[in-house]
Amino acid sequence: MSAHDAGRDPGFVEKYLYSTDHKTIGLQYMLTGMAMALIGAFTVYVFRMQAAYPGSSVPLFGRVAAADYNYLVTMHGTIMIFWVAMPVLIGGFGNYLIPLMLGCDDMVFPRVNRLSYQIFLLSSVVLVASFFVPGGPFGGAWTAYPPLSANSAYSLTPYGSTLWLLAVALEFVAFLLGGINFITTTMNSRAPGMKMFDIPIVVWMIVLASVLFMGSVGPLVAGAVMLLLDQVVGTGFYDPSRGGDPVLWQHLFWFFGHPEVYVLLLPAMGIVAEVMTVFARKKLFAYRTIVYSAVGTGIISFFVWAHHQFVAGIDPRMASLFSVTTLIISIPVAEMFFVYIATLYGGSIRLTTPMLWALAFVAEFLLGGVTGIFLGSAGSDIYFHDTYFIVAHFHYTFFPIAFIAAFAGITFWFPKMFGRMMDETLGKVHFWGTIITFNVCFLPLFVTGTAGDHRRVFDYSGFAELATPQMQNLRILATWALLAMLAFQVVFLVNFVYSLFKGEAAEANPWKANTLEWLASSPPPHGNFETMPVVYRGPYEYSVPSRDDDYWPQYEPGDTADDGAPSGPRSVEQGA
Amino acid sequence: MISWLLPQASSFASTVDGLVLLISVIVGVWFILAEAVLFGLIVKFQARDGVRGRYVSGEEKTEKRWVSYPHYAVIVFDIIIIAAALRVWNDVKVVAPPSEEQVRIVAQQWSWTFVHAGLDGRLDTADDIRTVDDMYVRRGRVYTFELHSRDVVHSFSVPAFRLKQDAVPGRIIRGWFRPTLEGTFDIQCAEMCGLGHGLMPGRVHIGSPTQHEEWMRGLTNPGATARTVTPATPVTRVAANDPAYAHPGETR
Repeated sequence: MSAHDAGRDPGFVEKYLYSTDHKTIGLQYMLTGMAMALIGAFTVYVFRMQAAYPGSSVPLFGRVAAADYNYLVTMHGTIMIFWVAMPVLIGGFGNYLIPLMLGCDDMVFPRVNRLSYQIFLLSSVVLVASFFVPGGPFGGAWTAYPPLSANSAYSLTPYGSTLWLLAVALEFVAFLLGGINFITTTMNSRAPGMKMFDIPIVVWMIVLASVLFMGSVGPLVAGAVMLLLDQVVGTGFYDPSRGGDPVLWQHLFWFFGHPEVYVLLLPAMGIVAEVMTVFARKKLFAYRTIVYSAVGTGIISFFVWAHHQFVAGIDPRMASLFSVTTLIISIPVAEMFFVYIATLYGGSIRLTTPMLWALAFVAEFLLGGVTGIFLGSAGSDIYFHDTYFIVAHFHYTFFPIAFIAAFAGITFWFPKMFGRMMDETLGKVHFWGTIITFNVCFLPLFVTGTAGDHRRVFDYSGFAELATPQMQNLRILATWALLAMLAFQVVFLVNFVYSLFKGEAAEANPWKANTLEWLASSPPPHGNFETMPVVYRGPYEYSVPSRDDDYWPQYEPGDTADDGAPSGPRSVEQGA
Repeated sequence: MISWLLPQASSFASTVDGLVLLISVIVGVWFILAEAVLFGLIVKFQARDGVRGRYVSGEEKTEKRWVSYPHYAVIVFDIIIIAAALRVWNDVKVVAPPSEEQVRIVAQQWSWTFVHAGLDGRLDTADDIRTVDDMYVRRGRVYTFELHSRDVVHSFSVPAFRLKQDAVPGRIIRGWFRPTLEGTFDIQCAEMCGLGHGLMPGRVHIGSPTQHEEWMRGLTNPGATARTVTPATPVTRVAANDPAYAHPGETR
């Protein structure tokens, strides 16, 4: 906060490239994530073309060799999770929104925040650099199981595997630094009057996600150091012939890897809660239930990791235990989705572009959620493990998380971020184009997976059961849908750039929303608020009967529960 | 449901399929219900002029039950699914019936080596029969296998059996199956194992007792093994040059 000199005009470099302003850092994260998404999209384009038309030359790439296919699927997974979902949802929205929604001028540690982005940028550069080293990028899947990842005699990518690991480790450091800021800021810098249960859900979710991340990433960092030593120095942590154990890595990886799912899911659900309440003009149904469910989900998520390893050679009796914990986690997650659906009841729903995205998140994630039951049940996972059924399942979770919720957030907060409205028509074309093609792309993969298609196979011609014309037609259908989906993203980019310069000017609170960021001007200046806000009520007081307006901003002075109003909104919060 | 797409070639295939069907019905109903309610609410509560949203906190007991009753039902169904899933898991992976035949499966980059016990029914004897990428089994017999990996993590997967098990270097992992259908079915490597991961197809040949005996006799001569390897797959060339191939009896 001392870093702010409100009166001075910073130069271009200090304002956009070397800034300590949380908004700039948030946008840096977001734009870097979007740039990485283009690389992630290119990789999927190439390997899906190979899957549909094996052996043919892919435009802009050429013939896809087995090694190419492996690194393309590896990089697609790595980039989309660590370099798109994480920076956009956590780095982007977290940095941009937390200080604004809490009503403070910046993060508690602005320079740590800047360092966080710089390390993240470095990690992106290291990852992209791995495309150009001798031997090519790492191709051992985003899970990087040793001994394949530990020994270049197996992976044939001596530099690629090391750079991959280094990039991931740097990325973790970046998000640890960011997480420290998120948690500290939320604990210490809330506007006067903002109690724990007045914090908007999206902030709760991002902070809980940061706690989960910090709690789970430590073992994996230790694991990554051991893997790095195996690769570079030739130690044998994961080499059974020298007393090591490859399964150790799987435990360390998934101990992080499963909480990571919720690290990404929670912020996405937070974004959706904000958008849904605004456009349904409804108070969030059972606010505290959502917070408690999210906490419960987070805790249980530390006890489910081995469901990725049912058939990995762990003691089969252990699988029973993890099957139970895995199905238990469906309880708080189902609760949250029920609550979201219940929030719509009695609403006054306006289907704007952000609202369409938010509703689509719920509708699509439901399918991702219920198909997870097949995989969490040890008995059926024997069959589905490592098939395209899993691919379809987690795309029905991760695509809603990383893209649908992110689009909801971007279209919702765009006016705040850039001071201009996005185009609604282009927004709706983009929405329907993306949602329809997404389903046409991934529904067939449930079928091929159920028929036995296993993952990461660049050519099915050796498999009599899989090389049938019916199966190939499904693969081709999925690929065409993917191409159409990618094409529709051009609409988004056009809308984004066009609106950035030519969009209708946005007022401070164009959606008539309650939370504090809408008090700041659009876009907010350095330091955010002209006068620092005071909070009088919870974030979701929409359609309060005693008022003329159907919204009641948190910052607006007025009745609290003390005035004895029968439906006093404050009373609910004070019951806490 | 899987059986619409793929034959059931092992004794536990129908068990796994039954579990999948059970889960499909339960989650299918929930999925359709939830989507129906979601879309119903979206349609019913469209913004209309002069009609405001209702103020519902969702914190009252009478309101909460709309969420908590379905939620109790979810818990009940979770328990049903857990019970069924663990029973199937137990039948396939934990408890094995008494072994009648043995086979050793060795995975490596990028091929499968199968050591059949031969006519004496015991591994590590002179009449062991070693094949690459083709496994020969007899219908109706209970096979126990031991699974090895020579290099990285692989996964022995036979979709028609509904069987999958990772092969981990440094470990011998045991399991079982009982083939119930005659014919030839795919063997896949289901775990990313490097450059040739997609080029690791194998086949399991299930024969009647007489047919199986014929195969075994034809294969007893080690020279015959090479002829049974399909020359079309480039993988087999890799395997053919492997030292393990030249020294029967030694697996690691």
